[in-house]
Amino acid sequence: MRILALITVIITGIILIYGTVDMPDWGDPNSPASKHVSPEYIEEALEKTATPNIVTAVLADYRSYDTLGETAVIFTAGIACILILRRRRQRK
Amino acid sequence: MISITDDIIIRAVARILIPFIQVYALYVIMHGHHSPGGGFQGGVILGASFILYLITHGLEEAKEKMSELKAGLLSTFGILLYSGIGLLCLIMGRNYLDYGGLSTILKVVPAQARSLGILGIEIGVGITVMAIMFSVFFDISTGGILPEDEEDLGVNR
Repeated sequence: MRILALITVIITGIILIYGTVDMPDWGDPNSPASKHVSPEYIEEALEKTATPNIVTAVLADYRSYDTLGETAVIFTAGIACILILRRRRQRK
Repeated sequence: MISITDDIIIRAVARILIPFIQVYALYVIMHGHHSPGGGFQGGVILGASFILYLITHGLEEAKEKMSELKAGLLSTFGILLYSGIGLLCLIMGRNYLDYGGLSTILKVVPAQARSLGILGIEIGVGITVMAIMFSVFFDISTGGILPEDEEDLGVNR
């Protein structure tokens, strides 16, 4: 059974490594990820959002809905902490 | 349970440090447009200043500055500010959180309106993160039991 598990792990590992062979190089400007929306962000972020920090522009403007969710996650963590820990006296 | 310390050095150092920490936190939030930083980072620094006050001055004094009720209300206010700005954009005829729609209210060009919208939501995020940081620390340090409820809950410390 252990041998079988080891063989499965090795075969899966080989498949995963094979999958990375034709991935683009690190930081390749011609990779699909760098060609899709990144050039637009880099070229037009300052002009469209008047924000020199592109990271902030992407985080809080282009991907604003995502940041709203992140804030909700923080809020949920705090609410969970209150629900689990806080004990109040019974109000009569 | 955090009790009041009589150590003059701890209290004095905290009293000197806290205003600087808070000013730095506001700087990190406001300067997110130009440098690394923003609502999350600045909010954590701001929360740390209140936690430092709680550690050094004890629960009773800290509750005058920032109570668990205030923290809860502020955390909801931050998210409300964020989603409210988004809703305002929706009312102005744009997509949700498309700050270009705020240009008619703020009377600036759309690019500047986007910049101000980013600032608005960063402030909302900062308020929420600060309040939640304090609230979580408050609950963990007290075990969730407030001093006035200790007798009723039969807790001996």
